[in-house]
Amino acid sequence: MDIHEYQAKELLSGYGVKIAEGGLAYSPEDAVQRAREIGGHIWVVKAQIHSGARGKAGGIKVCKTHDEVEAAAEALLGKKLVTHQTGAAGKICNRLYIEAGTDIAKELYFCFLVDRISERIVMVGSQDGGMDIEEIAETNPNSIKKIYIEPAVGLQDFQAREMAFALGLDAELISHAVKTFKGCYRALRDLDANMLEINPLVITGNNELIALDAKMGFDENALFRRQKIAELRDKTQEDPRETAAADRGLSYVGLDGDIGCMINGAGLAMATMDMIKLAGGEPANFLDVGGGASAERTEKAFRLVLADTNVKAMLVNIFAGINRCDWIAEGVVQAVRKIDMKVPLIVRLSGTNVEEGRRIIAESGLPIITAETLAEAAEKAVAARNQVVANQAAGA
Amino acid sequence: MAIFINETTRIIVQGFTGKIGTFHAQDMINYGSNVVGGVTPGKGGQKHLDRPVFNTVKEAVELAGAEASIIFVPPAFAADSIMEAADAGIKYCVAITDGIPTQDMMTVKSYLRRFPIEKRMILTGPNCAGTISPERSMLGIMPGHIYMRGNVGVVGRSGTLGYEAADQMKRLGIGISTSVGIGGDPINGSSHRDIFEQFEQDDETKVILMIGEIGGPQEVDAGIFAQANMKKPVIAYIAGLTAPEGRRMGHAGAIISSAGESAAEKVAMLRDLGVTICPTPAAMGETVAKVLAGL
Repeated sequence: MDIHEYQAKELLSGYGVKIAEGGLAYSPEDAVQRAREIGGHIWVVKAQIHSGARGKAGGIKVCKTHDEVEAAAEALLGKKLVTHQTGAAGKICNRLYIEAGTDIAKELYFCFLVDRISERIVMVGSQDGGMDIEEIAETNPNSIKKIYIEPAVGLQDFQAREMAFALGLDAELISHAVKTFKGCYRALRDLDANMLEINPLVITGNNELIALDAKMGFDENALFRRQKIAELRDKTQEDPRETAAADRGLSYVGLDGDIGCMINGAGLAMATMDMIKLAGGEPANFLDVGGGASAERTEKAFRLVLADTNVKAMLVNIFAGINRCDWIAEGVVQAVRKIDMKVPLIVRLSGTNVEEGRRIIAESGLPIITAETLAEAAEKAVAARNQVVANQAAGA
Repeated sequence: MAIFINETTRIIVQGFTGKIGTFHAQDMINYGSNVVGGVTPGKGGQKHLDRPVFNTVKEAVELAGAEASIIFVPPAFAADSIMEAADAGIKYCVAITDGIPTQDMMTVKSYLRRFPIEKRMILTGPNCAGTISPERSMLGIMPGHIYMRGNVGVVGRSGTLGYEAADQMKRLGIGISTSVGIGGDPINGSSHRDIFEQFEQDDETKVILMIGEIGGPQEVDAGIFAQANMKKPVIAYIAGLTAPEGRRMGHAGAIISSAGESAAEKVAMLRDLGVTICPTPAAMGETVAKVLAGL
């Protein structure tokens, strides 16, 4: 789960990380009020969306007067910003963070993340701040310093110092840097974050170390014990279909194709989507209904898939293990009877009680296309989708 | 011989008396697994499914000779249960639980590394369907009847996709020595490579099928190991050709977050390492058949 920059800064400042003075605004009037409270002559109006690279998308504006602050806020609020991380749909900006301008002497890159190879948290830094880490890795990989942290003992001072020296900090900033890095590490551990990025971490003209941006990502598996973090969730930054699915305990990812999918198991779901693509189609979604697909759950999953108006055919692929094909078949039949389905449905059942499941589908009298194998299911789904498109073209 | 488990392996169930633990313990017993009891703290001394319940894993090891364990404990307590099994001297542990926090798994892995290698418990999972040596023992939640005994070692991240592979092979008359689910989490007990090492030493296993997916470095790491250290042929399928970057596809670990983690990149690297690639997920059975025919 991602949170906004202002939320991350608020959390980190509680751990001793220095940030510029700032405040949250929901309207242009708010924004001017925050600028007044902050004082000074330069303010930065920052769009709060769950994405990096906001600057390039016009989401960060430096202002020299209150009128400019107001105009910047006016321009950003309610606007969809498209960055290379948001995809074409973009993310809506409903909140602004107004921050005092910072006198930047040098920009650094700093982050913590979970390293899957060493199975440890790794601290990463580079003197080339302001760029994406991917960009740094391409242009100047030698500038990247990585330090691995043993979970049982945590980040040690010598490791924090080693990073500070690698970042080229001068002697008088070292102890502040150690405090900053250790604060970030404690925040990561205390709050079950799996990513914390400060880019840029800046050295100011007054030789201070300030987190000019902050990004934190949290382990969704740990939210049960991090109630305060769970409350920071901003649903306006998520795909509404995915939010609806998550609220129903289903795992859904919306995609750009037009063949809707309902599958049990994440691996089989990905494989089925691959098979659709290899058969010449494009999946509209990833949807794992999980192990215990009851009739009620099946109906919810159908509604979710069909809520996407792009869907021109729907494929159900269930390999029943703990489940039984006859239960699944009954759920499918019930769902189809309840929902007025306007697109062809292809069902492939396999595993426990498969004969019984197929019989229930066949005897339902519903126009359900059945398939025995994965390949056959994907081919039939693509053929049915193509037929729908051809019919629409003929009708138009 | 198969790996990890056979008909004599003495198994306990952690989270034995809960609803899920009970259901799957019964299923394993019906399959023929040698379940010698279970652990539910506070219920020690009772009988459940005709077998003794213990308060601690240590008691289960001392009194029932437990060698292997399967964990059905809820996510908040699962890491603790895994460490308890390791401390008690369990040799092989399968963690079924889905949803264990990543930092808990980091702690578990760090704890396991404290044991000298010969005393270190082998963990597979979490978030997996378990391990089965067909027609001998099942330490998992899979539908046992779709697995046939044979010479293919299977290792995969996904449960149902593993069933799909077993089913395709069975239709072609091809059986499995052992099938191991390593789970869909970013930090897991054993990697594909760890399981490769076991299969390479196992007489019964002639070829290895790896069922991987997007995210993380483990499939390619296993391929590098295989090229340098293994004589047995490796076949692979990598799921997630259509998965967009930066999006989590169900499994906590199935996310493309850096270079080399997409399905297409993994396939290209594995092919270069001499691994036979299944062209489609529907061709896992056929591809294994071709490689077996060439032996």
